[in-house]
Amino acid sequence: MVEAKWIARCFLFASIAGSASGLCAAEPMRESFLQPMGPVADEQFNHLLRVIGITMVVILPVLVGVPLILWRYRYSAPLGEYTPRWEFSKKLEWVLWGVPVLVVVVLASWLWYSTQKLDPYEPLGPEPLQVQAIGLDWKWVFIYPDEGIATVNELALPVGRPVELTLTTDTVMQSLLISSLTGQIYAMPGMTTKLNFAATRPGVAEGENTQFNGTSFGRQKFTVRAMTPTDYATWTAGGGGGLLLDEATYTILRRQTVLAEARQDLGLEGTAQPIRMRATEDGILERIVAKYHTSGRRAHGWGGTGRPSDNSVQTAE
Amino acid sequence: MSETNLYPGLNLGSGHGEAHDQAETTVFGFWVFVMSDLFIFGILFASYASYLDPIGMAGGPGPQTLFDIKSVAIQTAFLLVGGVAYGGVSIGTKYEHGRTVVIASLLLCAALGAGFLFFEVKDFITQAGKGGVPQASGWLSAYWALVGLHGVHVFSGILWISAMIAQIAVRGLDDVVKVRLSMLGVFWHFLDLIWVGIFSFVFLVPLA
Amino acid sequence: MNEATSPIFGNLNWQVTPYTDLLRDVNSSTIVGAGAASVLVLGTIAGVALLTYMRWWGPLYRNWLTSPDAKKIGIMYIALALIMLARGIIEGFVMRTHQATALGTLAQQESGLVAPDHFAQLFSTHGTIMIFFVAMPLLIGLINFVLPQQLGARDMAFPVVNQVSLGLTTVGAALVMISLLIGKFGTGGWTMYPPYTGIEYSPGEGVDYWLWAILISGIGSTLTGMNFAVTIFKERAPGMHFMRMPLFCWTSLCVAIMMIYAMPALTVSSAMLALDRYAGFHFFTNEAGGNMMNYANIFWMFGHPEVYILILPAFGVFSEISSTYSGKRLYGYTSLVIASMSIAVISFTVWLHHFFTMGQSAGVNIAFGIATMIIGIPTGVKIYDWMATMWRGRVRITAPIVYLTGFFLLFVIGGLSGIILANPSIDYQVHNSTFLVAHFHNVIIPGVLYGMLAGIHYWFPKAFGFRLDEAWGRRTAFLFVGGFVFTFLPLYVLGLMGMPRRSPTFQNPDFMPWMYIAGFGAVLMLCALTSLFWTFWTSYRNRLALAVPGGDPWNGSTLEWSTPAPAPEWTFPRIPHVQARHDWGETKRSNDPWRAPKQYCDIEMPSNTPHGLLIAGASFCFAFAMVWHIWWLAILSFLAVPGLIALRGMMIIEPKIIKAAEVEEADCRFRQQVANLSAVTRADEETSRNRGVPDVSEFAG
Repeated sequence: MVEAKWIARCFLFASIAGSASGLCAAEPMRESFLQPMGPVADEQFNHLLRVIGITMVVILPVLVGVPLILWRYRYSAPLGEYTPRWEFSKKLEWVLWGVPVLVVVVLASWLWYSTQKLDPYEPLGPEPLQVQAIGLDWKWVFIYPDEGIATVNELALPVGRPVELTLTTDTVMQSLLISSLTGQIYAMPGMTTKLNFAATRPGVAEGENTQFNGTSFGRQKFTVRAMTPTDYATWTAGGGGGLLLDEATYTILRRQTVLAEARQDLGLEGTAQPIRMRATEDGILERIVAKYHTSGRRAHGWGGTGRPSDNSVQTAE
Repeated sequence: MSETNLYPGLNLGSGHGEAHDQAETTVFGFWVFVMSDLFIFGILFASYASYLDPIGMAGGPGPQTLFDIKSVAIQTAFLLVGGVAYGGVSIGTKYEHGRTVVIASLLLCAALGAGFLFFEVKDFITQAGKGGVPQASGWLSAYWALVGLHGVHVFSGILWISAMIAQIAVRGLDDVVKVRLSMLGVFWHFLDLIWVGIFSFVFLVPLA
Repeated sequence: MNEATSPIFGNLNWQVTPYTDLLRDVNSSTIVGAGAASVLVLGTIAGVALLTYMRWWGPLYRNWLTSPDAKKIGIMYIALALIMLARGIIEGFVMRTHQATALGTLAQQESGLVAPDHFAQLFSTHGTIMIFFVAMPLLIGLINFVLPQQLGARDMAFPVVNQVSLGLTTVGAALVMISLLIGKFGTGGWTMYPPYTGIEYSPGEGVDYWLWAILISGIGSTLTGMNFAVTIFKERAPGMHFMRMPLFCWTSLCVAIMMIYAMPALTVSSAMLALDRYAGFHFFTNEAGGNMMNYANIFWMFGHPEVYILILPAFGVFSEISSTYSGKRLYGYTSLVIASMSIAVISFTVWLHHFFTMGQSAGVNIAFGIATMIIGIPTGVKIYDWMATMWRGRVRITAPIVYLTGFFLLFVIGGLSGIILANPSIDYQVHNSTFLVAHFHNVIIPGVLYGMLAGIHYWFPKAFGFRLDEAWGRRTAFLFVGGFVFTFLPLYVLGLMGMPRRSPTFQNPDFMPWMYIAGFGAVLMLCALTSLFWTFWTSYRNRLALAVPGGDPWNGSTLEWSTPAPAPEWTFPRIPHVQARHDWGETKRSNDPWRAPKQYCDIEMPSNTPHGLLIAGASFCFAFAMVWHIWWLAILSFLAVPGLIALRGMMIIEPKIIKAAEVEEADCRFRQQVANLSAVTRADEETSRNRGVPDVSEFAG
């Protein structure tokens, strides 16, 4: 088992050799759970190696056996005996069915264990940091309700404290993934889902939407900063800056734009820097979820519920 | 497949194999089709159940406002009696009572089916008047799709009956027509079966 | 979308072709779009010109389009699939080229070969085509051709329904094809998840093209499933007990049962989405109680069995060829039957693994994760059984065996990634990534594509009377194996590195080396495609040298090898009485295997009819009119379908009678020919000495 894990580990590291060069850079952007920054991704990586190792029991015989059989029993120069009428062996049946069954029993037990352990709804510890995420077309709004801060495309976290991310979307279905910290979960309009995770070492990671949602899907990425508790305290003490996340700002953010375009719409400088805002109103996420629970007609307020049309862009400006 | 395996219920000429083999294959194929159709209804029933909650109704009109159980009972009566009336077709075919009896029974079935449709459409119109249109909520979409699809089936059944009447009038009760009548019977009773499900789960459950 | 809908032309106008886009803005994306449309237009013109010049319209209509013969219908299905395969592979190549040029930054507009929307159309059509109009017609075609011959039947249970199914599948393919020229295709991927594909976020004709293509071809596939099932249950030759059926028939039965139960789910989910889009229903919308989770559930209730619908026929092919080309009996027949049936049943219980990440509880995920792993057991057993079949055999490394070897070595890697994905905790990471893309290509290309191409190579002589060139067949197989390895193994790495699927752009320069390797693989795939068509062409040119009139070029053991190649319309002069599981093998071990039947009788065959063609025509008009909101045409063509059926119901249809004398003459000619041909051993199988009469001293089945 241990050897299998090591082989798998070597194979995986060899296969991401290309990204190894990136690790040398000053502040590498981690995009993969093969470079875990927290306990969830760490366990997911371990479980991946475990599964590969166990499954090798049933796969290696094929990878080795097929070339051997082809070589030994080739028509042109056969080596072994020829038993054309042989078509059944009770002993062999036991092995052919038995080994896969045993392997699946082992795998299934591990599956049960790791799925329970990594249930994204289970907090990793007491009093997790509450953050809310709202998926919009081609950007993410993060709200820190207790700190009164909101950001676009930036998720700052203190190392060592569990985080509970509550997700929804105000457009089509999306899926939020921060690979080096935790897995993904869908965000759906009118509903909330949760991701629980924690960072154990400081660093910068990339988060993204993985569910295709239109033209600029490829640019719906955000920056995750895992900071030391002191750095995080400084970050929160910095407050939300000049911009207030109110209905008007939100309506502009809700347009189908990427971060850089949204900055322009909001009259901000810079290209793709995250936006920071004050979030003083209570229950923004709840209001956005509730918009979708009305009958038939479109909801109003907080940008409504339909696809933001080009007209609304002009009227808002 | 062998001569001992005569197709039951139909009077297909001589006792010897060929026609019976063919009938067996054809009618079996139709049963398979019905099974597949049943699956469609099954998924729609499941969908209806999943939208039957406050979120699915989204504040739109609900079952208490929209359903008129008396009218549904009348529809049920029409449809089930229509099923019984098809017995006339089957018996008429088997014991060779002649075209007239078979056509008369078919007409009776069609009329009862039409009666069912009349009350169903009337209900749909009333419900739409109360705001119960399929565009109002997920639950109403599921309701209209499920009950509507059954209605479309009944309508197709009536079309099929008309086609069979035309065939009997033109071709007479030949073996092919008899086999088709047997399949139509399966279809017609299948609609009753679905309706029993609709009556219980679509109408009675939310009202209970 | 234009403002007003014309009462006559609906939303159609001159602005909908890719040429308009090209005139508006000349860039690589619009050039690719207009180029694709031009290939379609020129290809159609060339096809029509060829048919006219060669005066083939009449024969095409009489011998093919109106024929209810399952063998011919099967061949037409495969021809359709190969045309669509060409488009699918070229699209794959364009996508790989695009991604190799798509490195960008967050601040800048997306760059690369094609525009993001164009890229999205490409992955949507590619997936739709490859699943519904390549894999499905390939397997349906192969089953149509092989199944009745293996069962000892003359035709399918419902030949005309079979014709209609082919027509409806072709309508679906035609709709996807015509979207190249008229309008655009949807951008929601082959699954078309709402609410993105709802009318709110995807207005216009794109999603509608997909919907009608799927709805119409889906009905065709449901009917096909019924046809296969009834044929297997009711049309077996006397003595062909269930446990004597060749494995390919067993997997066909599994496929048929799965189609009957799975296709309705797709019909329902697509119909609901159509109601949402056309009539403002709220099944899957964001607002008013709509719930997109229901779409995912219903779609995958179809989608997962579909995966096994695709792969089981290939498993059937592998069972046949591993035995035939090893000159040895199939190992573990009963095991293989049990394994196939288990796969068919369990495949209905695992659909939720396609959305472990939708937010349900861990308990639900565990249940479906374990169910998914359980399905790996019978699949593994099958692979070991084929290995045991080849063990202590005498294996000829023919093209099908190259495909089988590629399948063995690659499919287990796909199985490994499948087991990985079955773990919800890991799936949270690699779901929606190129790891997943690599996984399903890793099971579908070695599984379905290799299996079907191996099957085509194996049964080709039975259809056309000559073998395919072995050297080119092997070259094609090696190219497909190499193409797969280079194209898709890098996608595993990219997925683990965090690249989402369907990305029109990405920002990580570390992805680039892998992108180039995958791009090289796509070039190999194009070469493989060319080589495949070249194999057909060069074999056609050498058809005299490759001819196998004896009908049994591989020394097979199943019934279909007892008849001439090409098989006559009636297949068997007399319906055989089956005595054993390897009936033809046993016959060859007895005296005088090619002895003539004692007497001949008249044979009843279904007569030709344009019924399928007419229904297909009406369905195409209906679907096209619905896509473009041409309501009058939609209503007329919709009414035409029941009208045509009712009309046919009124007619008394006489079967075509083939006189005993005619059968006798043809059959005697065949027996005479076999007697005159010299038998060859397997050593000469690939040479021109192989005229289809095997040396019966070598063991078969």
